[in-house]
Amino acid sequence: MLKTSPFHSRTAPLVRAQTWRRWAGYQMASAYDPHPDREYAAIRNAAALIDVSPLYKYLVTGPDAARLLDRMVTRDVAKLKVGQVYYTPWCDAAGKVIDDGTISRLDEQRYRLTSADSSLRWLRMNAVGMRVDIEDVSERIGALSLQGPLARAVLQRVSPADFVALKYFRLVHTTVRDLPVTISRTGYTGDLGYEIWVEAERAVELWDALIAGGTPFGIVPAGVWALDVARIEAGLVMLDVDYFSAHHALIEEQKSSPFEINLAWTVSADKGPFNGRRALAAERKRGPAWAFVGIEVRWESLEKLFAEHRLPPQLPSIAWRTSAPVYHAGAQVGYASSGCWSPLLKKPLALAHLRAPHFEPGMDVQIEVTVEHRRKRADALVRKLPFFDPERKKA
Amino acid sequence: MSQPFDVVVIGAGTNGLVAAAALGQAGLRVLVLERENAVGGLGRSVEFAPGFRAAPFSIDPGWLPPAVARSLGLATLERRSLDAPVSVAMGKGAFLTLWGDPARAAQTIHGISGADAARWPDFTARLARLAGFLEVLYGMPAPDVDLPPGEWLPMLGLLRRLRGLGRADSIELLRILPMSVWELLDDTFESDSVKAAVAPTGVMNHRQGPRSGATGFVLLHYLVGANAGVMRGRPPWRDGPDTFLRAVEAAARRSRVSIRTGAEVVRIEVRDDAVHGVVLASGEEIAARRVLSTADPRRTLLGWVDPVWLDPEFLHAVRMIRFRGCTAFVVYGIDGLPELPGLASPEALSGVVSLSPSLDSLERAADAAKYGNVPERPHVELTVPTLLAPGLAPEGKHVLVARVQYAPYRLRDGAVWDDGLRERLAAAVTRAIAEVIPCFSTRVLHQVAWSPRDLEERFALTEGAPTHGEMALDQILFMRPVPGWGRHAMPIDGLYLGGAGTHPGPGILGGSGWLAARRLLGDRGRR
Amino acid sequence: MSARYDTIVVGGGHNGLVAAAYLARAKRKVLVLERRPVLGGAAVTEEVFPGFKFSVFSYVVSLLRPEIIRELDLPRHGLQILPLESTVTPLDNGDYLASWADPDETRRELCRHSPHDADAAVLFGRLMHHMAMAVKPILGMVPPDPASLAPSDLRGLLRLGNHFRSLGAERFHALHKLMTMSSADYLDEWFEFDALKATKSASGIIGTFLGPRSPGSAYVLLHHYVGEIDGAFRAWGFQKGGTGAISDSIAGAARGFGAEIRTGAGVERVRVHNGRATGVVLTGGEEIEAPLVVSGLDPRRTFTQLLDPSQLPHELVDGVRRYKFRGSSGKVNLALDGLPDFTCLPGRGPHLRGAISISPSLEYLERAYDDAKYGEFSRHPYMDIVIPSMIDPGMAPPGKHVMSIFVQYAPYHLNGGWSDEKRDAFGDAVIRTLSRYAPNIESLILHRQVLTPADIERITGLSEGNIFQGELALQQLFFLRPVPEWANYRTPIRGYWQCGAGTHPGGGIMGGSGRLAALEILKDGRP
Repeated sequence: MLKTSPFHSRTAPLVRAQTWRRWAGYQMASAYDPHPDREYAAIRNAAALIDVSPLYKYLVTGPDAARLLDRMVTRDVAKLKVGQVYYTPWCDAAGKVIDDGTISRLDEQRYRLTSADSSLRWLRMNAVGMRVDIEDVSERIGALSLQGPLARAVLQRVSPADFVALKYFRLVHTTVRDLPVTISRTGYTGDLGYEIWVEAERAVELWDALIAGGTPFGIVPAGVWALDVARIEAGLVMLDVDYFSAHHALIEEQKSSPFEINLAWTVSADKGPFNGRRALAAERKRGPAWAFVGIEVRWESLEKLFAEHRLPPQLPSIAWRTSAPVYHAGAQVGYASSGCWSPLLKKPLALAHLRAPHFEPGMDVQIEVTVEHRRKRADALVRKLPFFDPERKKA
Repeated sequence: MSQPFDVVVIGAGTNGLVAAAALGQAGLRVLVLERENAVGGLGRSVEFAPGFRAAPFSIDPGWLPPAVARSLGLATLERRSLDAPVSVAMGKGAFLTLWGDPARAAQTIHGISGADAARWPDFTARLARLAGFLEVLYGMPAPDVDLPPGEWLPMLGLLRRLRGLGRADSIELLRILPMSVWELLDDTFESDSVKAAVAPTGVMNHRQGPRSGATGFVLLHYLVGANAGVMRGRPPWRDGPDTFLRAVEAAARRSRVSIRTGAEVVRIEVRDDAVHGVVLASGEEIAARRVLSTADPRRTLLGWVDPVWLDPEFLHAVRMIRFRGCTAFVVYGIDGLPELPGLASPEALSGVVSLSPSLDSLERAADAAKYGNVPERPHVELTVPTLLAPGLAPEGKHVLVARVQYAPYRLRDGAVWDDGLRERLAAAVTRAIAEVIPCFSTRVLHQVAWSPRDLEERFALTEGAPTHGEMALDQILFMRPVPGWGRHAMPIDGLYLGGAGTHPGPGILGGSGWLAARRLLGDRGRR
Repeated sequence: MSARYDTIVVGGGHNGLVAAAYLARAKRKVLVLERRPVLGGAAVTEEVFPGFKFSVFSYVVSLLRPEIIRELDLPRHGLQILPLESTVTPLDNGDYLASWADPDETRRELCRHSPHDADAAVLFGRLMHHMAMAVKPILGMVPPDPASLAPSDLRGLLRLGNHFRSLGAERFHALHKLMTMSSADYLDEWFEFDALKATKSASGIIGTFLGPRSPGSAYVLLHHYVGEIDGAFRAWGFQKGGTGAISDSIAGAARGFGAEIRTGAGVERVRVHNGRATGVVLTGGEEIEAPLVVSGLDPRRTFTQLLDPSQLPHELVDGVRRYKFRGSSGKVNLALDGLPDFTCLPGRGPHLRGAISISPSLEYLERAYDDAKYGEFSRHPYMDIVIPSMIDPGMAPPGKHVMSIFVQYAPYHLNGGWSDEKRDAFGDAVIRTLSRYAPNIESLILHRQVLTPADIERITGLSEGNIFQGELALQQLFFLRPVPEWANYRTPIRGYWQCGAGTHPGGGIMGGSGRLAALEILKDGRP
């Protein structure tokens, strides 16, 4: 049996087309509606409610909690204040990324780490010789992501916390309709949004409260398909799609450094010892061999390729996750690892790994597309990520 | 204020003193820090009762690599070969003595098996040849698969040496290494006693029984430097166990090495991935850009270095080093030379007298330890060091050392070595001795038992393991102390390991310290 | 040419059949001679009790080389592997440990016992993938002779050296550990849940006379994974119609290429004239001529029974004498009136379609080994149980079932020897142990077949009942299998070849030995 989320009893009846998928061993909705457009639209126009409970969650406590996390991740955890959240990757000794996630400082000596993949063993291996307690709370804590321009308004309806004061990547311990929760201003959409963390046994109450409070604002439960489009627009990497964990890669070439997946900003240049420090310092000096960039397919080119077959461009309704080669001047210079049609920007977008020196924004490249069973190359443009970055995200 | 030293060497055992002397010779200012109040480490003798001393680990004094001997001026130290290095109980008070001279041993064996007697000279000669190959391997840095081309040359020499063994021997070497000593002996001999006399060398300080794989390797390892035909131990120093240590200490001092005893290191300071110095238990800080530790790898890397400087995978590997101490000693001060009526000659007691009559009795003793129990009938080996070094006891008195296996450091269900258990073990050993020495207990003036726990405290041995890490095929050469770090330099700049927990390992006098010092000097040259 | 055949294959086991098929494919006139009325050797299906068919000896398959399946087009001849998806280990506390076909379900199950191990299992699987990739080329190559200077051997050695270098240090070290460690120690580095380690290590002891704590047992672990990387089929499968159908499919392929196969034709000896094989003599006295004779029998029979050992070099005969068979396992086949009800997973569930492993703890396995070490069968043995009729209903009458129980340890050299009483007592111990986990088993038994190593030897001809034609121990692998210098399928008798599992790459229904031998024969050209 696959696992079900603590919100399953509420979400399951809503999955009208039985479009389920696996996510970290959980059975989760790809979409609730047969078509995900309305769910995506809610992320950008109103408020979408996304069950993100399959994230792995660890509570790290004790006098060496900060030291443990600091030696593990690339950002300077010593500077993380109580009530602050970091997004950060973590690496092996060779500076290759193992996983990425968030660290929330819940208290003086209490941190919560979230990760895409299970991290218990790695945490423990890093904790050798430290006074620290690591608890896997993945199944004990449910998480809902409330994303969209009206997300704040919804929360103000149901919670007494001051959401105007709650800044980007900060958290607050509060209540939703008397239910104790932690709310962080975080998300995976690049929009205004929050994630709400609740004890699993009371998860359903949280769902009901948010739906009730959100209905006047057009709240819509959204599945992974909608989220996927939003995160591509936001230029956010995804484990096992855009990069592979150094722990799971079968060959060296499948591994990536933070510099190679657009996470250079997360690598502290001046913090104390951490996994991969030497290798990353050397790479910083050397300059990365690869970059993770946006690619915008030129509409005219796409239109022309399809017109040869007397067809208008065929657009996918959900994001794609197959690798597509990227060329420059006839030679392959990289590959796109995921992409979508952006309903908001009205452009076909892709996230791509490009080899130096072909990753400068504005560079002309070509991306492989399949048109009527034939492989073609469409003209495209290298873009700096993110594609979409509204002011409200941080405001 | 501390003086500026180029290198701090931790531990004034043989490896530490040899390393310090070698570094001093190269012109470095070297400080040796020793936790105890005396130098000598594992090899030193300790007073266990007024006027009575014993150096339990020096019963086998070990092999001194010729290169070390030459460069430290130790080549003139004299050894004294034993006529009767090993005897074994055959039951009913009888003993089989395997004389050091293979022809003479064969004569004795002939009394119990003509076939075995015929095979003995060839068998011992072959083992000596194979051990001779290890001798070469142990004199050079551990070869590895990712060796830079510049270091291939010694490898070619090694290959030539392997070929030089000839077809039969080189194949036999590859065959014996993974084998059990039991299979090896069973393939060759029929007599239980012959097998029982040889096998304990294959399980020396090893928490496995003779049926366990790769005990064939352990046998060869402890035969390096032994005379052909001698199946237990290297010849003792002519003037007693402390002679050698005094000579090494003198060599170190000649190289202007400073030695501080009673100086216990509690931390190695690291900054920016490089060593900065050490901190003593007193709080005193001693600055140095290089530290060469001869303590075991777990103590050094997990005990003294802030783990944030080490890769978690590396830390994991260090944590996984198997130590598995299983040796205990019971040391007796007795009123005169003990008499073993069945023993061919009393001088056999200057060698080793093993009380385990068969492979099965050894194996059963190991079985108990496998489950964390102390065996009812442990494997006991007796030696009277006062026969060769009368100074260890008052005039006319003697010291009897009983080396005991298997006394597992890790006990079942979290039990610990307390006084009761130690005394029970001592009593079992005394009983076993009393079976071969009439009225033994009436002759005992003093008795001290050291459990693996005691050895851990007294000799700073993790888990009481004198090996600094079990000798197994996955923990030698480029795998010692951990895979890929077999060449003495550790992942922190300026930190070197040179104890028995590194290549070439235990039982080799200064072998590890010497190679570690050479590595340090080589790195210095490169910079 | 006077002879009707140019090649005679002695023994219609799967390796003999594979060799015959490859030779026939190359237009050789091949005759296979099988002593028994059925083909397959240890891979046979027999209707032991009316209506109940058993894979009497070997019962699951994972290692059959994909190139053999491909090159002989075995699916066309009836090869059809049905998935054997899960492994369930009943625990002594009434719980169980399961590994299911789906990785997410397995992960969830592991998390129930140890979330740490659930993480570790993923990484362990990845490492095993690498290790399987690392040994795969070795399994497919003719072992070079390391002591030889012949160009082909030197080329092979160079290839091997380059292969190891290409692995990189990290993987080379990991492989080194796998080859030299005990499965218990190896798994201790990865996992904490005892029953998981026990169940994984159980696959490391199958067919060897080693306990999970004995070095050398880790290597066999890898065999589990080698089948996986080729993607030919799942890790473990069950042949439709029993393992005999695999032999039949190979025989079918061989016949399709023109080979002739005779059953009920036991070979008494190989005829040798002037140091060259000229044919065989059957037990009835019939003589068949052929310039090439290939033996699929084990090394002892190949060299010392089919030949007069005095025709062979002394070292070879001595090597064969030392070659270890030491059959250590038995088999219990049950005809059941219904399905067993396991206390830990009551009723009819998916677990009955997979393997049930009686391996509740490492200590359980180790103690099972201890019994055997001293010449007794395990009072509480390790068992690997499958119910083929759950996967392939044709194996038993409707509603009835067949159960296959692989049992270890049952030493060939039992104290006092095997007898009917001892066999019954052994069978009783198996059923009694199984009853602890499935109390209704006794009431379901309609018929019971108990096979001791002595029975396996008597029926199949495998010396000492060793299912791999000799232990898969490091000192008996690759260029040491079966003996040095003769690991390249040749023998000192010209025209006489070996192709059994006693040669590289060894046991399991792998077929590698038969294929490599045939390819070597063909490379040599016609005699």
